Amino acid sequence: MNTFSFNHENEEKFNALLTRYPDKSSLMLPSLWMAQYQEGWISLDAMQYIAKKLECSAMDVYSVASFYTMFNLQPIGTYHLQLCKTLSCMLAGAKTLQEHLQNRLGIKAGQTSEDGKFTLSLVECLGSCGTSPCMRLNDDYIENLTIEKLDALLEELQNGR
Amino acid sequence: MVVKLVSKNFDIPEAYTLDVARENGRYASLEKLFSMSPDEVTSEVEKSGLRGKGGGGAHTGEKWRLIPKNNTKPVYLVINADEGEPGTFKDRQILEFDPHLLIEGIICSSYAIGAHHAYVYIRGEYVFWMNRLQHAIDEAYSAGILGERILGHNYALEITVHKGAGAYICGEKTALLESLEGKRGHPRLKPKGKEPEWFFGNPTVVNNVETIASVPYIISEGYGAYQMYGTKESPGTMLFGISGHVERPGVYELPYGVSMKEVIYDLCGGIKNGKKLKAIIPGGSSVQILRADEIEDITLDYESLKAHGSALGTGGMIVMDETVSIPEVMKNLFEFYHHESCGQCTPCREGTGWVDRILAKILAGKGSKEDYQTILDACDMLNGKTICVFAPSVAFIAQSYLKKFKEEFEALLK
Ligand SMILES: Cc1cc2nc3c(=O)[nH]c(=O)nc-3n(C[C@H](O)[C@H](O)[C@H](O)COP(=O)(O)O)c2cc1C
Ligand code: SF4
Ligand code: FES
Repeated sequence: MNTFSFNHENEEKFNALLTRYPDKSSLMLPSLWMAQYQEGWISLDAMQYIAKKLECSAMDVYSVASFYTMFNLQPIGTYHLQLCKTLSCMLAGAKTLQEHLQNRLGIKAGQTSEDGKFTLSLVECLGSCGTSPCMRLNDDYIENLTIEKLDALLEELQNGR
Repeated sequence: MVVKLVSKNFDIPEAYTLDVARENGRYASLEKLFSMSPDEVTSEVEKSGLRGKGGGGAHTGEKWRLIPKNNTKPVYLVINADEGEPGTFKDRQILEFDPHLLIEGIICSSYAIGAHHAYVYIRGEYVFWMNRLQHAIDEAYSAGILGERILGHNYALEITVHKGAGAYICGEKTALLESLEGKRGHPRLKPKGKEPEWFFGNPTVVNNVETIASVPYIISEGYGAYQMYGTKESPGTMLFGISGHVERPGVYELPYGVSMKEVIYDLCGGIKNGKKLKAIIPGGSSVQILRADEIEDITLDYESLKAHGSALGTGGMIVMDETVSIPEVMKNLFEFYHHESCGQCTPCREGTGWVDRILAKILAGKGSKEDYQTILDACDMLNGKTICVFAPSVAFIAQSYLKKFKEEFEALLK
């Protein structure tokens, strides 16, 4: 039994988007995004549901979903810290920030804390090289990062923002 | 040094809202646009010499001419806002400070090529900028600037924003179109002759955000005004993004042809903390590195950088001081390229990872002379045997690191 379906808002969005592309296969990425925002990640159930809507195989959906790094095919923490590790950020000290984060959170990059609060990821260039080092906290950019800034932020998040 | 054609409104508070944008000249080109024929608009852009700002520098007008004349299918314009090239952060400035300029450019360009629907493919991380742009688009629809009859003229245009999901390769135009069609971002095989791009089999033009944002100035002021700036071969301006070890990193709009040294030492305040310059990557990470002693006569235009064995690319310059370890820089970039290879071609998928592993070995002090040679051999394998230019670019940059900083690698070898 499939347990996933779009909520009302996403259903409406989906229908509105149908009119905006020459072919409905273009709705693949938008659908995956809607599923991810709805549930926090993309389950196999969600992929099967999307396959039905787009009249393709579940394998087609999986093949696409697994290609793109921003799709979470597993549940992640409430706060997803995505620290940029590419060149300009490295030059600005991203390594030190990474170590600091790992120590404070007690997890390595790629892991989620035991309480399910934090996931730490290393990501490639975020397009903030002029304001490096930089990371994303869920969908928000935090730029010109320093250890102090990070500490203040973690404090705030740990106390439940 | 700075010339503000595209960035004119960047410092004006709330220029991203329709009212302020209009007070400051946005959409002023449209009356003139609709008094011209689409062909005349294309000619104007062709004569201006406008070149693509996404990295390749292709002539925009020529590209628009590839839409077949007797075409009966729908035509599409796709805006490349994937901005993933390391060191590049310019398109987001347009999206953040002047999204109406992009919309105005999209109207001009769509009209020229006969498109009635344009897509903006924007990298998935840029949620803030996507919302900014979407808000501006909504405002434009409400004001009758988009939709059925643009400002009362007999021309209809829709714009749809499409969100990517974290794949650098989707910046490559054919991978982008595959992605827009709902597939993996796998670049397509190149046709033999010149053709337009294809979106679901319909003729399509793909242009970078900044390219399209440069069009309204050319329409309202004429091609001659645009050519007042820049050089003969590279007319006009470009948004240069400078990051790394300079005192004042940021995005500066400059006419082509200015001195690289002046940009770094005057405009950007020189090397941070009084250190010495070691090297510069001049156009995003996919172009060859330059040693400090090579930049003396370089000017920022396609021709000069090519003559000096590198490329202008996206204009994203990464500046490195004397404390930087070049083997570490190369390792950092190979992690990137290994992660971002789309995996279709074996030499690229395997080669990037192979070089990354050898570099790890060298940095750990366990590398030998053969390892250095193996990387050079791997570069031969990467070059010219793949579907897209990702792999050859990676080969060229690897060679530049190994050859220009040979002693630094040798010092690490056993
Ligand atoms: C690996 C790769 C990545 C690219 N990434 C981008 C990008 O993020 N943004 C962009 O505008 N062009 C990018 N390009 C260039 C595009 O393929 C294309 O040439 C460009 O969008 C065309 O627009 P223009 O002529 O206006 O520059 C990339 C090319 C390659 C090979
Ligand atoms: S060269 Fe690399 S990135 Fe380009 S198509 Fe082949 S595998 Fe993909
Ligand atoms: S290198 Fe980190 S944002 Fe570009």
